Amino acid sequence: MKSKKRLEKFTIGVIGFVIAIIFFFPIFWMFLTSFKTEVGAFSIPPEFLFKPVLTAYQAVFARGDVQKYFINTIISSFGSTLIALIVAIPASYSLAFLKPKGRNFTLLWIISTKMMPPVGVLIPIYIVYTNLGLIDNIWGLTAIYVMMNLPIMVWLLFDTFSNIPLEILEAAKIDGASTYKLITNVLLPISKSGIWSASLLSVILAWNEGFWCVNLTNVNAATLGVFISSFKAGEGLYWAKMSAISTLAVIPVIILGWIVQTQIVRGLTFGALKE
Amino acid sequence: MPSNNNAAERKSFQRKSVKSTSYLFLLPTIAYLFIWMVIPLSMTIYYSFQKYNILLPYIHGFNGVTNYYQVFISSDFQASVINTLILVGVSLLFTIVLGILIALIYSTDFWGKNFARTLFITPFFAMPIVNGLLWKNMILNPTYGLSAWFERMIGISPISWLGSFPLLSIIIIVVWEWLPFSVLIFLTALQSVPETIIEAARIDGAGKLSEFFYIILPNIFQTIYVVLMLETMFFISIFAEIFVTTSGGPGLASTNLPYYIYLQGFFAWNVGKASAAAVITVIIANIIVLFFANFLSKKLKFGGE
Amino acid sequence: MKWVLLMVFVLLVAIGISSIAAVTTITIATVANPDMVIMQALSPYFEALHPNIKLNWVILPENELRQKVTTDIAVHGGAYNVVTIGDYEVPLWAKNGWLVPFTSLPATYDEGDLISSIKDSLSYKGTLYALPFYGESSMIYYRKDLFAKAGLVMPEHPTWNQIETFAKILNDPSHGVYGIVLRGEPGWGENMAPIDTVINAFGGEWFNMQWQPQLTSPAFEKAVNFYVNLDRKYGPPGVTSMGFTECETFFAGGHAAMWYDATVAAGYLSDPKTSSVASDVGFAFAPSDVKKNTGWLWSWALAIPSSIPASSEKSEAARTFILWATSKQYIKLVAEKYGWLLVPPGTRYSTYENPNYLKVASAFALITEESIDNADILHPTVNPVPYIGIQYVDIPEFEAIGTQVGQYIAAALAGTQSVETALQQSQDYVLNIMKEAGYIK
Repeated sequence: MKSKKRLEKFTIGVIGFVIAIIFFFPIFWMFLTSFKTEVGAFSIPPEFLFKPVLTAYQAVFARGDVQKYFINTIISSFGSTLIALIVAIPASYSLAFLKPKGRNFTLLWIISTKMMPPVGVLIPIYIVYTNLGLIDNIWGLTAIYVMMNLPIMVWLLFDTFSNIPLEILEAAKIDGASTYKLITNVLLPISKSGIWSASLLSVILAWNEGFWCVNLTNVNAATLGVFISSFKAGEGLYWAKMSAISTLAVIPVIILGWIVQTQIVRGLTFGALKE
Repeated sequence: MPSNNNAAERKSFQRKSVKSTSYLFLLPTIAYLFIWMVIPLSMTIYYSFQKYNILLPYIHGFNGVTNYYQVFISSDFQASVINTLILVGVSLLFTIVLGILIALIYSTDFWGKNFARTLFITPFFAMPIVNGLLWKNMILNPTYGLSAWFERMIGISPISWLGSFPLLSIIIIVVWEWLPFSVLIFLTALQSVPETIIEAARIDGAGKLSEFFYIILPNIFQTIYVVLMLETMFFISIFAEIFVTTSGGPGLASTNLPYYIYLQGFFAWNVGKASAAAVITVIIANIIVLFFANFLSKKLKFGGE
Repeated sequence: MKWVLLMVFVLLVAIGISSIAAVTTITIATVANPDMVIMQALSPYFEALHPNIKLNWVILPENELRQKVTTDIAVHGGAYNVVTIGDYEVPLWAKNGWLVPFTSLPATYDEGDLISSIKDSLSYKGTLYALPFYGESSMIYYRKDLFAKAGLVMPEHPTWNQIETFAKILNDPSHGVYGIVLRGEPGWGENMAPIDTVINAFGGEWFNMQWQPQLTSPAFEKAVNFYVNLDRKYGPPGVTSMGFTECETFFAGGHAAMWYDATVAAGYLSDPKTSSVASDVGFAFAPSDVKKNTGWLWSWALAIPSSIPASSEKSEAARTFILWATSKQYIKLVAEKYGWLLVPPGTRYSTYENPNYLKVASAFALITEESIDNADILHPTVNPVPYIGIQYVDIPEFEAIGTQVGQYIAAALAGTQSVETALQQSQDYVLNIMKEAGYIK
């Protein structure tokens, strides 16, 4: 009986690893390709064992503009997260504790904006941005990412705040703390983990975004996604270089994702799921 | 989720607070979403009734429902609606069914379980643009790609996946990207299935299958609902994966609604028609949302009004 | 004394400020092709000649560039002062009043030296609206070594039937060499460019004189069938994802015996640094059938959007830059810095009279020049047509039409549907667009 159970466990383990390897392999293959020469990347049959070289990475950095794409990606993802946090905290506070009239409707409306396909507003935003000179402007893109992440942020913070025992806030209030102090000194410290996971999710979503950046930027405000997508057309195919820049672009988020994988579930479901 | 016993206290808290503060605090969020969402959406609706082609600046004016009519009768639009439904439906089916099965595997204790799960979820955290290019080039390229190598090895001539099976290829990429998402959620849900019930069932001699169908499935039913709703939202707007791989082709074989609108807007330059198609897409998306809204408002009931 | 010093100081500051203000920055939007990358690399030479002008570059792949430049100009965004556009856009945009005309060019520019077919294609009602940076036609590239081994001879002016015979003989996929490689990636500037020249060669056309689409005419159908069969039978798998770049890489890697494409690839294929077949590549004119001179005509040209007033400093600076980048002196500068093989071809007669250029490029230079010279955008087809353009139709709707028909034909190339179905769908699609746009009542 026991050995049968162990065998079963072993089989499941093997299946688990096989699935994991299948899913991980494409990313791993990209990682390998980034250490090949351009000729090696195109060899038939594909090379599994080869002498790794750094030429692709050197070529990527030699262009001199890669830093710019990284900086733009960092500004737009972290900047939008920060702005969304600042805008969302009072809103979530109000929704969770002050309960304005029509709260449920407001919450539903906020999340419903998330359910609209972005393509529905692309053309007006494009035209308005062109007129305002916000095309290819990093703050124009950041503003869009705020719009994209604000509803999620409000919901997650609302969910976090709703779980906070009221006694704590009441006590602070009796001590005569102002609303500002109440939020910064009491509410935020005790909801730290919820704020962290909401922020990380927002950063990841903005970092990986692939619709707005392609349509609203070209060079000055281009993010890593825009730069990488330019490899789909251009003079000559450069798989090693493409793999090198892609590897650099995805590694920070993959590692972040690995670390927060379980906490992120709550964020991904907008808190719509019991834990 | 908060319990209801807080409700009374919350009410007392509310009474002490100034009503206007609650609106003031909400204002930035609502104003922001209004400026960036509601106004552009209204403009889309406005354009959808206008004759507006970027390349023909001398022709403009009210166009009635002509744009809508032209969109509805065009076979490209019909094809892109069907492709969208297939893309969303099949991807949902696979991510949910396989998601539950794989979650069951990773909820079993085995050596290196966390490590295996960590590797497995990686695709979800990579950029869709990178994923698309990676699959298009290094994996599915019929000359140099891994699939071609594998197909030659098993003795068949290399298949041009993106050429011959474009929608299927996109679905494979999407499922590869999103399966980790559903697995992560189902894993959480499975943990919440009370161990005691399962034990009791085992003692009663229930088989694995009946254990799954009578105990596990009912317990994660709500989760399936959540996954369905969220994934539908994301799958309806898939763009980057198509943009970098097939550009919607060959023919219209992999053109979905967002890509169709993109083509109308930025290749045909027909802002009127593109806007009409966008409005229709928003309506379709909202019908699905209405279907789920019932569920969401139930979740909101806890606070009481 | 103090006062004088102070006044001098103020004056100096004022001069300093005004000289800073005198620097005009212009933004140039251009295509990510090698010739344009060289142009960007050489911009310090321009800035040294004109210290009061600073250049700011926006370099993008063709499709993205077209999308961004078109919207910016259409809504008068004014983000770009110099734009890179082609033969297709120039007359259309000039008609919309979006471009600043080039009138009274200085004598040193030598307008008469511009190849006349190129000049005509960049004019609207007899006025130039853009100046050509480089020009191209299309031709056949072939592997002299493989032809010699098989005992075949490529004529200078091959027919499509001969090309098919050669492809059949030389097709050897088991050794990794395909008979021919042709563009399959959908797009009016991708697969439709070579396909259009085959359609013209076979006597077909897009529209008759009444603007009725002719996509199901026997000649059109024969031509598309021919192209699809040629590519499917003797071409590599997955052609629907092969555009110019992919084909170029493929041929330069030695995987194909022939390639029919833009003349501008000749330099790349002849350069041992980029091509493994540099010493074996041969050149021939675009293949013909019932029509001769089937090579296409395209030029990338520089133009000034009219969203900024023509009299403004920026427009003046933009004009100065364009005159420099399309001049004889610029061609000489590229030759000095990069060698004659890499000068932008196909714009000036003087390039083809230059002995230094002919020394390195003789194998393809004359074919290129003659193809460009003979290309007749006003009479592209056997039957009379109401439109101009060889590998495009110069109407605003063509961008959508060409892209969509390119998609339908790509489906036939992928084998997911027959050529007949693809063309019927295309005909319906085009008919619908032409009705919507009011060409047909």
